[in-house]
Amino acid sequence: MSAVITASGLSKRYKSTLALDNVNFQIEPGCIVGLIGPNGAGKTTALKAILGLTDFTGQLNVLGFDPRKQRDKLMGEVCFIADVAVLPRWIRVREVVDFVANVHPRFDRAKCEAFLARTKLQPNQRVRQMSKGMIVQLHLALVMAIDARLLILDEPTLGLDILYRKQFYQNLLEDYFDENKTIIVTTHQVEEVEHILTDLMFIRDGKIVLDADMDAVGDRFVEVMVNADKADAARALKPLDERQVFGKSIFLFDGANRATLEQLGEIRRPSVSDLFVATMKGTYA
Amino acid sequence: MNTRTSKNMYWLVKRELWEHRGGFFWAPVITGGIFLLLNIMGIITAEVLGASHGIRFGASGGLQHVIADMDAGDLSKVGFALDIAMYSAMGLLAVVLGFVVFFYCLGALYDDRRDRSILFWKSLPVSDASTVLSKVISASVLAPIIAVVVGIVVGMLQLLILAITLSFHGVNVWQLLVLAHPFRVMFNLIGYIPLYVLWALPSVGWLLLCSAWARNKPFLWAVALPVASGLVISWFGIMGLFDLPTTWFWRNIVQRGLFSTFPGTGSMFGMDNARIAHIGGNPDMDFLNLGNTYQLLASPDLWIGVLVGLGLLAGAIWFRRWRDDS
Repeated sequence: MSAVITASGLSKRYKSTLALDNVNFQIEPGCIVGLIGPNGAGKTTALKAILGLTDFTGQLNVLGFDPRKQRDKLMGEVCFIADVAVLPRWIRVREVVDFVANVHPRFDRAKCEAFLARTKLQPNQRVRQMSKGMIVQLHLALVMAIDARLLILDEPTLGLDILYRKQFYQNLLEDYFDENKTIIVTTHQVEEVEHILTDLMFIRDGKIVLDADMDAVGDRFVEVMVNADKADAARALKPLDERQVFGKSIFLFDGANRATLEQLGEIRRPSVSDLFVATMKGTYA
Repeated sequence: MNTRTSKNMYWLVKRELWEHRGGFFWAPVITGGIFLLLNIMGIITAEVLGASHGIRFGASGGLQHVIADMDAGDLSKVGFALDIAMYSAMGLLAVVLGFVVFFYCLGALYDDRRDRSILFWKSLPVSDASTVLSKVISASVLAPIIAVVVGIVVGMLQLLILAITLSFHGVNVWQLLVLAHPFRVMFNLIGYIPLYVLWALPSVGWLLLCSAWARNKPFLWAVALPVASGLVISWFGIMGLFDLPTTWFWRNIVQRGLFSTFPGTGSMFGMDNARIAHIGGNPDMDFLNLGNTYQLLASPDLWIGVLVGLGLLAGAIWFRRWRDDS
């Protein structure tokens, strides 16, 4: 199958800043891609470009459409939850289901109602009477009932409590995701998504600094816990990052020889958040 | 494809009604209710005052004799007076409708940008042109239809109240009601709606454009831009360059651009004073006759407004598509 998204030379300039700087990437179907970066790195701009919500320069192909020119058709195949709580506050559950059922050709009403039955939402309830978590439940029920090929989630769980957050990703994995679908998610709560991601993209200052699948990440990056006496030897191998825990040093290596590292100490796979922190060092400096 | 587009349009307009049920439906209903209430209170006051001062209109059947003595011309005047009573309810509702449409248009493409729900609307496969068009239909067709229906109901009730009041003074209710022309009034009011659509278009277009374009305070921009340019033009006498008086700008740009959402302004702004005088002097007072109102179709003012309105709407669609501030 051909790629879901192909971007080449994608740039976007706001008045004074370059939000996207000549970005190239490709996303294959059946992936869950985590697009991760510090505040202001260009994540949302990239998603907006993909959704045709903003103008840009360069080439971008999403499911065979140009988001600038064929946005209406594209939105028949793409869903997005942009930030939490963007549902209009005046609308009722019943109304929003009716509306989406009638304007979206790929919406499955029975499916949506089944999802809603698992929540406490009432048909006559208005969005303004709901908590943030309930609004996201409603939005997710709508989105999961749409048979879209691409789902884009921009900080979908910001400000939710841990129960809602866990449930959100669990529903997504169990009831929605399959090999024909692709999900792109941005979030700052990296620990919560790292187990569901198949691919990882780091973005910093408008540039993609890491683009790999999770297996490749596991092969490439290694963390070693080293006793103080071998620390200098480890430093000589040019680690990405070093931190101290309980008198030992933890070094993060990119593409170093595994056998060599094993002689220095106990090796393990780094967590995405440690990798992120190491990669983004000095971003705000 | 075509049925899909019209089905989408139906639901888009329905969506507007859900969101603006207060302005589109309750505002005319409440206004109509207050209008009737004031009338009833007025009648009661008049009756009480009349009774306490010993004035007893037609209690002895005098009023009945007055009507009986009328010739055909006088009777038709009574009929038109009753029609006016029916129109008078609509007059009040028309003012309310003007305000409702004005503020609806100002918020239609702005409110969802402010609360960011535009991100939800834009996640659905609906084109920006359909979205804007659905707002135009809601403003210039749906809202007036509701207002007219409410106006007709209120007008009928008004007529009924008058007839019942007079029947206490010995006037035959049915005889009076036969003199009125409720169906003609209805026909004239409903028939006025298409004309309203055309006449209101430049205002609807301008307000929607401001609504789609302004980053904040669309009301201020929508009003301040034309008024400020009017002041500049008055100050420097720029209109003199085109051999036109300064009032031309105020009349044809400021007033036309902002207040054409008020029904009936077409018949007022759109005609020259001689015509108004002619109609005012018309003994049958049937100024809302479609034969009269539709003479507006012959005025270039209407059609230039339609063209300008379409241009402004194209601008509103463009801004709706590309405004990137959410």
